[in-house]
Amino acid sequence: MKIYVPGDAAARALGADAVAAAVASQAGLRGLDIEIVRNGSRGMIWLEPLVEVETEAGRIGFGPLEPADVPALFDAPETHPKALGLVEEIPFFKAQTRLTFARVGRIDPLSLADYEAEGGLAGLRRALEMSAEARLDEVLASGLRGRGGAGFPAGIKWKTVAGAKAAQKVVVCNADEGDSGTFADRMLMEGDPFALIEGMAIAGLSVGATQGFVYIRSEYPNAIAVMRAACDAARGAGLLGPALLGNGPAFDIEIRVGAGAYVCGEETSLLNSLEGKRGTVRAKPPLPALHGFMGRPTVVNNVLTLATVPWIFAHGAEAYAAFGVGRSRGTMPFQLAGNIRHGGLFETAFGTTLGDLVEGIGGGTASGRPVKAVQIGGPLGAYFTPADFDMKLGYEECAERDGIVGHAGLVVFDDTADMGALARFAMEFCAHESCGMCTPCRIGSTRGVEVIDAMRAGDPEAETLLRDLCEVMTHGSLCALGGFAPYPVLSALNAFPAEFRPPRKEVAE
Amino acid sequence: MSQAERISEIVACHRGREGALLPMLHELQAAFGCVPVEAHKPICAALGITAAELQGVIAFYEDFRAAPQGRHVIRVCRAEACQAMGAEAMIARLERALGVRLGETVGAVTLEAVYCLGLCACGPAAQVDDRLIARATPERLAEEVRA
Ligand SMILES: Cc1cc2nc3c(=O)[nH]c(=O)nc-3n(C[C@H](O)[C@H](O)[C@H](O)COP(=O)(O)O)c2cc1C
Ligand code: SF4
Ligand code: FES
Repeated sequence: MKIYVPGDAAARALGADAVAAAVASQAGLRGLDIEIVRNGSRGMIWLEPLVEVETEAGRIGFGPLEPADVPALFDAPETHPKALGLVEEIPFFKAQTRLTFARVGRIDPLSLADYEAEGGLAGLRRALEMSAEARLDEVLASGLRGRGGAGFPAGIKWKTVAGAKAAQKVVVCNADEGDSGTFADRMLMEGDPFALIEGMAIAGLSVGATQGFVYIRSEYPNAIAVMRAACDAARGAGLLGPALLGNGPAFDIEIRVGAGAYVCGEETSLLNSLEGKRGTVRAKPPLPALHGFMGRPTVVNNVLTLATVPWIFAHGAEAYAAFGVGRSRGTMPFQLAGNIRHGGLFETAFGTTLGDLVEGIGGGTASGRPVKAVQIGGPLGAYFTPADFDMKLGYEECAERDGIVGHAGLVVFDDTADMGALARFAMEFCAHESCGMCTPCRIGSTRGVEVIDAMRAGDPEAETLLRDLCEVMTHGSLCALGGFAPYPVLSALNAFPAEFRPPRKEVAE
Repeated sequence: MSQAERISEIVACHRGREGALLPMLHELQAAFGCVPVEAHKPICAALGITAAELQGVIAFYEDFRAAPQGRHVIRVCRAEACQAMGAEAMIARLERALGVRLGETVGAVTLEAVYCLGLCACGPAAQVDDRLIARATPERLAEEVRA
């Protein structure tokens, strides 16, 4: 009998290790021969630790489980108070379109056999048979855009690198995932690491790169361990190494660890960091595609971008592009975070509305109070209000309302949130993480904190100052840290101006 | 093995790699709890960089430090998704319960802020030594360091 107890960091933070130990000891006591699989998370974080028992009818879920709930799992599973029925029939799961996350939660993350049995490596095998031209056309035709935030078409980036002449080229996976409210990269790496490896291999093959790096933030020790083990396994099986799958060109991957700098998620800062330097941002041009790691032509792509590539090659660009809205093709793993009842990861086609995700799928706030604001796209993303619940989630659709999709984290706040304090925090965070290369960001963000404090103390001139400052930061910053920090600030100010003024004095009786 | 021997072993193990400095600093810190000043000269010699360059890199990254932390390190997330779940108030209560302020080490306990642990759907998030803790409360975190 197989019992699945997630090894995902969120599940573990909610007690999955103790539950796994209880399952093992209860099985031992009963002399049962079971296999415990530490799978990835299904993404229904409010149900974690979510244990699944394999039955003839399918996998039955139980959660959120505590060790004390485990004996009943063996004694009377049918009447278990935390039984959830077939996991894949749970509405939150069933309503998804899981392409990038197709295998996450289903398989043993480190079993190549599981990976292949669930469709893994089909994409790479097909790519190996295609012409160089056809491979690049496939990525272009899929409409796949960078999932790290900027939404740049992956196919165009790959074409540029493929066209560059160099003795060695590089594929760098950006796994710095620093945005608050996002955890999809982490879940993918922990739940289906071979998908990322296969995607990087296809990228290497397509652009002619032999060297690969995954740059993972140090805050993700679990993901680092899984990715290291997966690369070793892939090398051992001949998937990676001197010949991809035994007959392709050479390609190998090294795991590198960040060191606690948010700005190192910016691609040129990341490259400096990989080279062993301070993670300051480089001016563009030259583009990393032509002059990247150690001056070599380099593809830098987000985890989700790369991990989606195998699906595209296995099922065809058209099948992928059939999903989505406008110029946002395919699916996006949205992350429902913060004060939300059903928090977790929900992969669906672009075009779903904000309200569907927050109120429908997410079930509103965890506190049960009204939703006040939703920040989309991390600390540099705008705050939206329930008035925007009709907004379709897509790159252009969000830009039209002065926001970004970013890495698709949705952070929900209830009506107790202090929007002035959150705007101040956005400036404080920018000041804390600024790489120092340009004045609007380095000095402007610190000034921003002061000006917001002045507004909240009642200075009537401060609002104009803040707006001017945001203007300078937007247009005068070298990268999006300084350039986008005004998004959360101005969106909060425009929607909740009263929260930037001194608290109203109580009228004397 | 003496400290100097261990340092030269770590430096030698990474020096041949491209962009060796961060992996080297991470491993030194794993071994000593910090990047000891005694390691500066060997690193500079192995990588052909100046003391100022090395200092610049160490200072740039939040992770690297010159002195070890407390025996227990509590990291609490201050980023937005955790704020939405009351992280600021939780941290304030924790500071009072422990008698340690953010950024300080008192006795065996270091308390520091972190900006997102990837546990944003089950905040407030925290980490005590190498254990991640979701839906953290001051009581739970204080208990973890007493355990
Ligand atoms: C301050 C800052 C932080 C960023 N952090 C990340 C990150 O953590 N992960 C990521 O993939 N992209 C991040 N980006 C975007 C990258 O610069 C780059 O656009 C991306 O890695 C390209 O890959 P993609 O096209 O697949 O999205 C960040 C950008 C900025 C300005
Ligand atoms: S905007 Fe800020 S982080 Fe970006 S390059 Fe300028 S100083 Fe560095
Ligand atoms: S915001 Fe706290 S864990 Fe992500």
